[in-house]
Amino acid sequence: MDRNQVFVTLDADKCKGCITCMKRCPTEAIRVRGGKATVLYERCIACGECVRCCPYYAKKAVYDSIEDISRFKYKVALPPPALYGQFNNLKDVDYILEGLLKIGFDDVYEVSLGAEFVGEALNGMIESKKLLKKPLISAACPAVVELILLKFHDLKDNISGLLTPAEAAAKLAREKAEAETGLDPGEIGVYYISCCPAYVSALEKSRDGGRRLVDGALSVREIYLRLINEMPKIETPKKMRRSGGKGLSWATSGGEAAELFGDGGVCIAADGLENVTDILKQVEDGKLDGVDFIELNACSGGCVGGVLNVENPFIAKAKINALKRDSYLPENREAPLEKPPEFFIQERERELSGAFRIDDDISRAMVKLREISEIRRCLAHLDCGICGAPSCNAFSEDVVLRGQPLHACVRFRLPEFGE
Amino acid sequence: MSEECLRLEFEVDAENFASAGTASEAVKTRLKKLGIDPRDIRRVAIAMYEGEMNMVIHARGGRAVADVYGDRVEILLSDKGPGIADLDLAMREGYSTASENIRSLGFGAGMGLPNMKRNTDAMRVESVLGVGTDIYMTVKLSARQ
Repeated sequence: MDRNQVFVTLDADKCKGCITCMKRCPTEAIRVRGGKATVLYERCIACGECVRCCPYYAKKAVYDSIEDISRFKYKVALPPPALYGQFNNLKDVDYILEGLLKIGFDDVYEVSLGAEFVGEALNGMIESKKLLKKPLISAACPAVVELILLKFHDLKDNISGLLTPAEAAAKLAREKAEAETGLDPGEIGVYYISCCPAYVSALEKSRDGGRRLVDGALSVREIYLRLINEMPKIETPKKMRRSGGKGLSWATSGGEAAELFGDGGVCIAADGLENVTDILKQVEDGKLDGVDFIELNACSGGCVGGVLNVENPFIAKAKINALKRDSYLPENREAPLEKPPEFFIQERERELSGAFRIDDDISRAMVKLREISEIRRCLAHLDCGICGAPSCNAFSEDVVLRGQPLHACVRFRLPEFGE
Repeated sequence: MSEECLRLEFEVDAENFASAGTASEAVKTRLKKLGIDPRDIRRVAIAMYEGEMNMVIHARGGRAVADVYGDRVEILLSDKGPGIADLDLAMREGYSTASENIRSLGFGAGMGLPNMKRNTDAMRVESVLGVGTDIYMTVKLSARQ
């Protein structure tokens, strides 16, 4: 993530300094200091796990408020398919799309349609064998991409070079708005409705021709509250929906992989960061060289599991499945690819993060790693977290690399250790 | 001045597929923290993992040591297993003594030793029947950018 940007913040008054978020953080990016959770932001992948697990609601995901859209003359909303799983008794996606117009947008562009285009471009790349490295890893989950750039450097070139569905939708929406309104690009605001802080973070830095692709990222949570007031007032919605069931499938784990390799390639779809990490380790060790494509979602269940959603991920999944099945989505059609595959290629070069590196100089790094190992050997390996580090291992590193005093560990305060 | 060396040492647990790979994983994690080139890390990890699996399958476990120097990693895999009867045969791709039971788990494809050789810059096997096997491997590290 852009290391200058912070996508998860703390309400210090609510934080009790309990170690829940610190223990659950998948990149060991949290420390409790002075009784409050602090974040080593260079390690944060904006997955939102700390926001999800905080029992006191002290961890907050950062996103733009809907008021922000008033900066623009013409406003376009990009609703993700996971949004469709948030509502009870939803008969038609068009109710949501029209609801978005009622709460202040001038147009909508479905992210599920962007997903269908990206899926097709991906299929095209696979068929033309333009892949850099096998297995190809999906770029659709920005938290997974950040995790790879942080901890799995060897797999950087396995990541698909295509846009995320949200970026593809943004690019197409902007073109459409410019063509239809004749307005200046600066007068058109394109807003994504995000399920997670990872997308808020990723879209902040995504560019097209040097310009921001998306002007802001709102939250499903906030938009949901606005929509439930407006949607019941709609009697018969206009027909706006263009995407079919395939695009809707991207809201849940396995949806992306399902549409690839009609001729029997090997795909893996894994969700939840523990599973994702395990799969990445296996790719790294060359154990999955026979696999063609891997879809990975940081959130359990896929995007429906994002922390900015309202509904339980598995209930949301059932609702989306119902929408896919119901008669009003008869086509389940493949959207025709309106653009050449090159249109969907990422412009930005991804950069590896050295946040886990002990020292830029290898001999200094070795000396420090030895010190770390020596401290580690003295510890009880209870990973109790009382020192404010998530594990004894992390504590040993904190002593050597971050100036944490040894006596922060209770073991060094016991009488038998003396001074 | 003696050369800077960091020793990483592990017991390899016998007949436990769930824990097999622990040593190579731990070495991998530390090499990443040292900022070693990911391609070199991959070679070390694959060579060690294959060796660990061999120890688990054939030798009821053993000891794995990785000595990290500024320009290379030296690996020693040492076991008190049955030893390798015909080393030339064992080095041949596809040759395996694994039982049907082990093969049904997806192991024992006869790629272990050849894979170790392919991923290292030097490899020496010292094996005595009924006494055990020591495998010495060296992976040279690329210069850092």
